[in-house]
Amino acid sequence: MATEHTTDTSTESGADVVETVTQRMDLLRFATAGSVDDGKSTLIGRLLLDSKAIFEDQLEAVEATSQSKGYDYTDLALLTDGLRSEREQGITIDVAYRYFATPNRKFIIADTPGHVQYTRNMVTGASTADLGLVLVDARQGLTEQSRRHAVILSLLRVPHLVLAVNKMDLVDFSQEVFERIHQEFTSFATKLSIPDLEIIPISALQGDNVVTRSEHMPWYSGPTLMHHLEHVHVASDRDLVDVRFPVQYVVRPKSDAHHDYRGYGGQVAGGVLKPGDDVVVLPSGMTSKIAGIDLFDREISEAYPPMSVTVRLEDDVDVSRGDMIARVNNAPKPSQDIDAMICWMTNEPLRPRQKLAIKHTTRTGRAMVKDVQYRLDVNSLHRDQDTKELGLNEIGRVQLRTTVPLLCDPYSKNRTTGSFILIDEATGVTVGAGMINSGS
Amino acid sequence: MTETHADYRLSQLDQLEAESIHIFREVAAEFEKPVLMFSGGKDSIVMLRLAEKAFYPAKIPFPIMQVDTGLDFPEVMETRDRWVERLGVQLVVASIDDAIAQGVVVDDGKTSRNRLQIGTLLNAIEENGFTAAFGGGRRDEEKARAKERVYSHRDEFGQWDPKNQRPELWSLYNGRLHEGEHMRIFPISNWTELDVWSYIAREGIEIPSIYFAHQRRVFERGGMLMTETPLNPMKQGETAEERTVRFRTCGDITLTGCVESGASTVEEIIEEIAVARVTERGATRGDDKFSEAAMEDRKKEGYF
Repeated sequence: MATEHTTDTSTESGADVVETVTQRMDLLRFATAGSVDDGKSTLIGRLLLDSKAIFEDQLEAVEATSQSKGYDYTDLALLTDGLRSEREQGITIDVAYRYFATPNRKFIIADTPGHVQYTRNMVTGASTADLGLVLVDARQGLTEQSRRHAVILSLLRVPHLVLAVNKMDLVDFSQEVFERIHQEFTSFATKLSIPDLEIIPISALQGDNVVTRSEHMPWYSGPTLMHHLEHVHVASDRDLVDVRFPVQYVVRPKSDAHHDYRGYGGQVAGGVLKPGDDVVVLPSGMTSKIAGIDLFDREISEAYPPMSVTVRLEDDVDVSRGDMIARVNNAPKPSQDIDAMICWMTNEPLRPRQKLAIKHTTRTGRAMVKDVQYRLDVNSLHRDQDTKELGLNEIGRVQLRTTVPLLCDPYSKNRTTGSFILIDEATGVTVGAGMINSGS
Repeated sequence: MTETHADYRLSQLDQLEAESIHIFREVAAEFEKPVLMFSGGKDSIVMLRLAEKAFYPAKIPFPIMQVDTGLDFPEVMETRDRWVERLGVQLVVASIDDAIAQGVVVDDGKTSRNRLQIGTLLNAIEENGFTAAFGGGRRDEEKARAKERVYSHRDEFGQWDPKNQRPELWSLYNGRLHEGEHMRIFPISNWTELDVWSYIAREGIEIPSIYFAHQRRVFERGGMLMTETPLNPMKQGETAEERTVRFRTCGDITLTGCVESGASTVEEIIEEIAVARVTERGATRGDDKFSEAAMEDRKKEGYF
């Protein structure tokens, strides 16, 4: 029989298991990046394998496929390359999401492709990440790609970065090699915005410093990769000061039991909301007080990111989807002229005068490209001011004029109120990712 | 009023719940005619609970739809009916038997009911004019699913094009459609099997009794334990015997296997799942064993 269930819970009692999985864990989302042969799949495979997130039937399937293809090893990339065309070509095309958990944390891995032509997929994976994991091959040192990945993670304000110097086994676990890459990267990183950087020497294949400490690198005194992932502090990455509550959905039951109920559903994007707070509704500028905050059938005393709640106001002000609730003396300024970094994601280039649909928080409108100020060379950080277009996978600084005022913050202050997407109105496809520098 | 969270941290389950509720509200606000696909299994029940929370105290502002294979477990259908009654939602049933009778799909005696669901479902989506269909799919279930977006665009044939998916950034979902197209929406994409069970435990949610250990006459087929029922006649050499089993997934009775288990409470199930070494699909789903890309291929055709 293929169905086997171990009932041995030797380390934890049943009640503990339930307690662990329902209560204690918090969540870390991380995006992995690296070149084709940097061993990313091997590393992810090892993290999953060692945290028991790979199941026997999955492993058996991968072993069987590896064998039938004539490989003399188990190709763990087959676990993550989920699409037929990816397996055919042996490359990762699109982001895949993977999950594993330790007693302290649940992890969501956005496994992003390394190829330059898939920059947009890396941006996709990095947009929600708390941490970026860039792999380099110790033999190669920093490549153009590793620099580009760091630049993109920094542009997307991924607050924590780990550089994993992989294949240390192939350079005799040399401290000198590691130090050289370490130095090279830290000097490069000074040009970027990386609030927290950890550089770890590993061998994904042999498991050195991945989950267990390496015996081969006694000179390294830092954390293992898993230890770092488990303990990196992400709770303080959110903005708990500036109240931002984009109104998503107006809850009006119109039932006998809740005839006069009128609540504003949304996900807190910043700050802490409490009943009794004086608030302003944007863009109308009407002021009121928070009468109550509901989480399903309970009233709660405060709401903070990323809670999805329903806010009730004391006054019957006109509030609809696309509006934003903020504190009276701390509100974003409605702006129709937006200065932003844009990652362009489609073949047809972005050009001045182009008109696109824009979605920012719960607000949608149209935007016109006023100017392309420069194209950023993500390898050299050079700003090319002569180019007035952005091609596929290119990133540049762009001025937009929007039909509706956006209630925005700089992306550096708030990743939710500082980001937007651009949509091609003819095809309906998402063609651009925007990070706001400022609105005026 | 609940306790104050001094450190302003949400447990991972609370984070997942918040994300899912955000998705439900986004779809309800932006799509003309959403529907929630409901199989009666644990994932769709969790979905229903999340939808209930997203709009409370208002009722869920869209109907739910079940594709009736004619081969569903009766216990699952009973649970479905109780949920429908409790929430007061409208239930749309898309029946494979009706679809066969109307010539929408063809039962050639070889095609599984699971595959016949595809045409039946697509027809029901088209006939009802649904523009968004929520599904309880999770990325941890299967490697093709791991690639799918939360908003999964389907063309006018209901097809998924895995190589040409829309980038999905931050929590800014793009719901633009052309005439005849629809979107499949997966609000619990980021949940794992264990998350679903933890949530069922925490919320005290009613689920079908077949998830809990019970006595059942079963026989072995293809390494799996199948239910003895006239709907799924035994072949030569197969013999049934009574065992203590439970189901990890709810599907077509002819394709869904059970596992030997004494877990009779949600807590015991969580203990069991936490140490399980075989995936739920690997353990219990015959339909995924046809080929390495079985799920991907079905999804391209319009499966959920």
